Amino acid sequence: MHIVVCIKQVPDSAQIRVHPVTNTIMRQGVPAIVNPYDLFSLEEALRLKDKYGGRVTVLTMGPPMAEAALRKCLAYGADEAVLVTDRAFAGSDTLATSFALASAIRQIQNDMAVDLVFAGKQTIDGDTAQVGPGIAKRLDLQLLTYVSKIESLDLEKREITVHRRAEGGVQVLKTKTPALITMLEGVNEMRFATMPNMFRAARYPLKVWDKDAAGIEDVTKIGLKGSPTIVSKVFAPTAKSQKASMIETESGDPRDIAITLLTKLFTQHPKLEKEIGKRAA
Amino acid sequence: MAEHFDAIVIGAGPSGNAAAYTMAKGGLKVLQLERGEYPGSKNVQGAILYSDALERMIPDFREDAPLERHIIEQRMWILDDNSHIASHYRSEEFNKQPYNRYTILRAQFDKWFSTKVQEAGALVINETTVTDLLMDKNRVIGVRTDRVDGEIYADVVVLADGVNSLLAKKAGFHAELQPKDVALAVKEIHFMPTETVESRFNISGDEGVVIEMAGKITKGMMGTGFLYTNKESLTVGVGCMLSDFKASKVSPYTLLDEMKQHPSIKPLLAGGEMKEYTAHLIPEGGYEAMPQIYGDGWMIVGDSGMFVNAVHREGSNLAMTTGRIAAETVLTLKEARKDLSARNLSAYRAALDETFVMKDLKKYRRMPGVFHKNPQFFTDYPDLVSQAARTMLTVDGIDKKTKEKQIRKEFSSRRSLVGLLGDAFKMWRAFE
Ligand SMILES: Cc1cc2nc3c(=O)[nH]c(=O)nc-3n(C[C@H](O)[C@H](O)[C@@H](O)COP(=O)(O)OP(=O)(O)OC[C@H]3O[C@@H](n4cnc5c(N)ncnc54)[C@H](O)[C@@H]3O)c2cc1C
Ligand SMILES: Cc1cc2nc3c(=O)[nH]c(=O)nc-3n(C[C@H](O)[C@H](O)[C@H](O)COP(=O)(O)OP(=O)(O)OC[C@H]3O[C@@H](n4cnc5c(N)ncnc54)[C@H](O)[C@@H]3O)c2cc1C
Repeated sequence: MHIVVCIKQVPDSAQIRVHPVTNTIMRQGVPAIVNPYDLFSLEEALRLKDKYGGRVTVLTMGPPMAEAALRKCLAYGADEAVLVTDRAFAGSDTLATSFALASAIRQIQNDMAVDLVFAGKQTIDGDTAQVGPGIAKRLDLQLLTYVSKIESLDLEKREITVHRRAEGGVQVLKTKTPALITMLEGVNEMRFATMPNMFRAARYPLKVWDKDAAGIEDVTKIGLKGSPTIVSKVFAPTAKSQKASMIETESGDPRDIAITLLTKLFTQHPKLEKEIGKRAA
Repeated sequence: MAEHFDAIVIGAGPSGNAAAYTMAKGGLKVLQLERGEYPGSKNVQGAILYSDALERMIPDFREDAPLERHIIEQRMWILDDNSHIASHYRSEEFNKQPYNRYTILRAQFDKWFSTKVQEAGALVINETTVTDLLMDKNRVIGVRTDRVDGEIYADVVVLADGVNSLLAKKAGFHAELQPKDVALAVKEIHFMPTETVESRFNISGDEGVVIEMAGKITKGMMGTGFLYTNKESLTVGVGCMLSDFKASKVSPYTLLDEMKQHPSIKPLLAGGEMKEYTAHLIPEGGYEAMPQIYGDGWMIVGDSGMFVNAVHREGSNLAMTTGRIAAETVLTLKEARKDLSARNLSAYRAALDETFVMKDLKKYRRMPGVFHKNPQFFTDYPDLVSQAARTMLTVDGIDKKTKEKQIRKEFSSRRSLVGLLGDAFKMWRAFE
């Protein structure tokens, strides 16, 4: 069995600074981490490997520094790692990114057929949740998003059954492999890397691919040229400052408190009173 | 099969990086273990880098090291509650290359240093804590980490794990740290536009200013405050002896907060955005508090061995120098195919004795004691000096001779003449 896990290196949003004067997001000096959502997918892939054997390849497209993210995944237990990096990819949107990643996965296939591709549910920086589905479409893979559990995998019959979170419930879905899966957050916990895996990750000769090695011929499909979306500016919205005020009531009686609150709310938002009045009638 | 290395270095601060770099460069098989997410991630931001110690290992470090500003001006302030009296030394000589001192942000600098260590050929593994030293009788033969299958072996283990080395304590190389031998320093980084930093400190380009402060800001505790200019931020902090914090019950955070409100300091920080409040220990016991620094199969370098010159606020340069010399000792012994026993590793201590590290630490060996026993240096003197200046500078129809008399009276009423002379003598002896 061969599983490819797509991971993205992202700035640790918990440590992002906003420039006090220009309100722009300062990425400089902010530590980079593996997109947290991707780790749920990686752990699930590793569990499948524990159960069925085989190979887990991690794949990322990004700047050379993304190497650190890949090595981290190797330490957790991934077998192979591919870094797709080329200046030509700069400025890629989700369309161009999924094109490049799909092409790289085709190259990975040359080495060993791929049964499953995992992606994160979304990233914490771009946040679009489009790249996984984009890859599935381009490689003609069955798409299983928001997966909370992998019920069974039958390598012989090439069938997979999963639990998928849907609005108002859980869907149990069965489909053919190869498939692309995005895992829901919180459904598993990443393992602690062992010392031998730390050594292997530190010494592993990374596969670094430029656009040619990733099998990309049409340069109009990647980078800025291949990206109809352009992120022109990223900024932090100014926090709205609203003062809290103490509301006094005649007594501690819940009825009294409720009436005081509603009166206050309706005086501030007369439209709300009308609307609620209408509905009540 | 357990891994085996020529040397294992524990910690990736300046001392560990210097040791790992030098040994790897010398062709040894080196493993460096760091518990932080990456080298520098656990290290307190904002510091002064002294070029010389680094230059001896990486002569062209200026080409790509992340340096903030080179220092062209040093200010010494003595503060009472609402004034300061100062000496400023600014010199165009400091604007001549190669520069001697720089402000740096440790997180970035340590990361850079670590890439050099890796380029030199050492294997660096982060996020891994060494929990025990593996011993064979009295000899250290390796380490155990917090990871599954975590035993790793080596001919020598270099402890570069910083102040309060739990490992050295566990192995019995250190006694418990004494509160009187460590300072607790807190610092913050305040971001502001480059232009603001430059106009506030009268600097341009990569020029930088350092302010060292003493006086009432430490509320009678033995310690000092400091403020450094970075590219687009200021580092501000204060440190006092742990024993004094304990006795006074002042919280370090409150101390820094009040210091920032001082009318001489507040305007310098105005409008900045505070990020990163950090607290860290500094070993300041000096020569008298230094532990044994080598033994069978082990050596201690940097803060872990109390290598800090508190008087001159030097630490990282002593760390780098001890790391480098420990490494050179190993290289020499390995080359001569000699055993890394305590007897042979004593060459490390002998070599250190010949450097500024031991010479300076010896020179100031009495300093901590003098300050501990004489708190007046941090209480009465700042007030007196400031009053004296104010008296002389206030034009109020009183003649200067009378003013001088007033000042003398003020000094001798707060501290007897004998006391004053005694203080001067103690200081002189300690500096001597
Ligand atoms: C603040 C911000 C806003 C953006 N808004 C948009 C936008 O509206 N439209 C747009 O087209 N682009 C946008 N981008 C650009 C977009 O982030 C990247 O172009 C795209 O490469 C990844 O999209 P994503 O981060 O939204 O990933 P998502 O689609 O949220 O990622 C889902 C999963 O795909 C995989 N994946 C994503 N990127 C990579 C990669 N480089 N390598 C390997 N696997 C990967 C991971 O498994 C990830 O968990 C934005 C970028 C930023 C920083
Ligand atoms: C507030 C403050 C200001 C200072 N200002 C200056 C200055 O301006 N100039 C100057 O020269 N010096 C300054 N110093 C002193 C200087 O920071 C230290 O002397 C220097 O960092 C010592 O280097 P080191 O490598 O010995 O220890 P550290 O830099 O403390 O590095 C020790 C490393 O070991 C790691 N470690 C610890 N235990 C383990 C373990 N069990 N397993 C794995 N890893 C471990 C830690 O994570 C850490 O990265 C200052 C110190 C403080 C606190």
